[in-house]
Amino acid sequence: MSERRPFSFYVLSVFFAVFVLFLYGPTLTIAILSFQGPSGGLTFPMNGTSIHWFKNLFEQQAVGDIWGSFRRSVTLGLMVMVTTVVVSVLGGLAFRTHFRGSSLVFYMVVGSLIIPSILISLGVGILFNIVDLEVHWATSGFGSQLTWALPFGLFIMFAVFNRFDRSYEEAARDLGATPWQTIRHVVIPIIAPSLIGVALFGFTLSYDEFARTLLTAGTFNTLPLEIYGMTTSVTTPVLYALGTLTTVFSFFVIGLAIIGFRLAMRKTKQPLPLD
Amino acid sequence: MGTQTRQTLKGWLLASPLVVILSIFLVLPVIAIVVVSFWGSTAYSYYPDFQFENYTFLLTSSVTLSVYLKTFMFTAITWLLCFLIGFTVAYFLAFHIRSLPVQILLFMICTVPFWTSNIIRMISWIPFLGRNGIANNTLLSMGLIDQPLEWLLFSEFAVILAFVHLFTLFMIVPVFNSMMRIDRSLIEAARDAGASGWQILTNVILPLTKPGIMIGSIFVVTLVMGDFITVRFMSGGQSASVGRVISNEIGLLQYPAASASAVVLLITVLLMISIMLKFVDIRKEL
Repeated sequence: MSERRPFSFYVLSVFFAVFVLFLYGPTLTIAILSFQGPSGGLTFPMNGTSIHWFKNLFEQQAVGDIWGSFRRSVTLGLMVMVTTVVVSVLGGLAFRTHFRGSSLVFYMVVGSLIIPSILISLGVGILFNIVDLEVHWATSGFGSQLTWALPFGLFIMFAVFNRFDRSYEEAARDLGATPWQTIRHVVIPIIAPSLIGVALFGFTLSYDEFARTLLTAGTFNTLPLEIYGMTTSVTTPVLYALGTLTTVFSFFVIGLAIIGFRLAMRKTKQPLPLD
Repeated sequence: MGTQTRQTLKGWLLASPLVVILSIFLVLPVIAIVVVSFWGSTAYSYYPDFQFENYTFLLTSSVTLSVYLKTFMFTAITWLLCFLIGFTVAYFLAFHIRSLPVQILLFMICTVPFWTSNIIRMISWIPFLGRNGIANNTLLSMGLIDQPLEWLLFSEFAVILAFVHLFTLFMIVPVFNSMMRIDRSLIEAARDAGASGWQILTNVILPLTKPGIMIGSIFVVTLVMGDFITVRFMSGGQSASVGRVISNEIGLLQYPAASASAVVLLITVLLMISIMLKFVDIRKEL
């Protein structure tokens, strides 16, 4: 460890620091600018500091229906999260059996990930139109978002099960556990930390999703759609205040996931309770 | 029932929720697009038909070619930048950071923006790139320019900047993953055999990282090829891309025309990916 750092280390460190600045700088900038004074504009200089624009978010006439869209986005995020976790675990278990035709399903999953989002938006819109169903964020929007969130959840599960030590399951079976008991008391606790990761992907990919929800959300907007609508009509820092709040919310969700991950890890390391 | 049949039945049963969801929201919509691309349309609606007019119009229009060329240009430049930046960052994390907790921490810092809103991240460039933004003011006060640069925001430059900002992490993650799997003794061996740091990079690390680079490239290429929001927002509506043409046709309720454009886009993207997949077996990479 005491080996001298090569010169390239310092060059690359600077490169990395600049990259992180590039990654976070703009977000920090709008966070600062969202505290503009009431007469401040979209760029520096700051015209005093205030929480005027955050207060503005709570006034219906200033920003439209952002709280309604926020509620819808959180609800939809939770729906996508639960579905992604359940379907990904089942899918992961399915692929362990190397069933005939599994490559077909595998290519469907890959296809779901790489298909340009606008095709999902357009196709689901047309499909609902043809069968004469109303598009709605909780039906067509929900399904469209799953085509984006599920592949991520599944790929995490594939990676998890590829590294899974099967002797635990064999031990459980030798002790007389039924297949369901093996899953419930052995497999799930061991993969629990990864499930938190899948849940994080499920929720955030839905909460921030835009392209696949555009034509499939129907009358009521989700938050990203509402924000996108605002970019053409709103020219005050209220946009930054909203951006800052949703980013803070995202960080909060990521923080929750990290805490959950650590708890699950600690639990995995403990000896199994005898019941 | 044989074991093989039982395994297959069990597999399909467990995969059934996945198959049902993807059939309804992926396979059927794509079929619907292909079917509707042959339909006819009036100003307000569309009707079942079997005609090639949507395609003949699309493929003979000079706009199509120029829009595709522009989209390819966006894709090529974005891919190159994402590759150079992503590879460098992943290389730094995998080979220059020696403690695992620090590695994980720095890797997390690179991936956290993935879980935040793309729209907000695009909007965040306004105060930096605007006419009176930070970039212009800095350059003015340094005396490097006399007038604010007009091409910073709402330009093709801004589009590419935003693409790189949004998509580099799609390159970092798979490349970093590939690099972490490289057996360190190979690098020791190369060093013992007298290879310089640069030779190790180009002759050992780069070839072994190829699968990660390909997966990252597939992400970046498909995301840019199909994009319609970044181009619209960051160019201020001034630049075109294939995705934007489709989204405009949708806006005009010209679903058959939009479908034909979407089919051509899908075929283009699939061709590009199948070329890239020649270099990597994804199933081995998980």
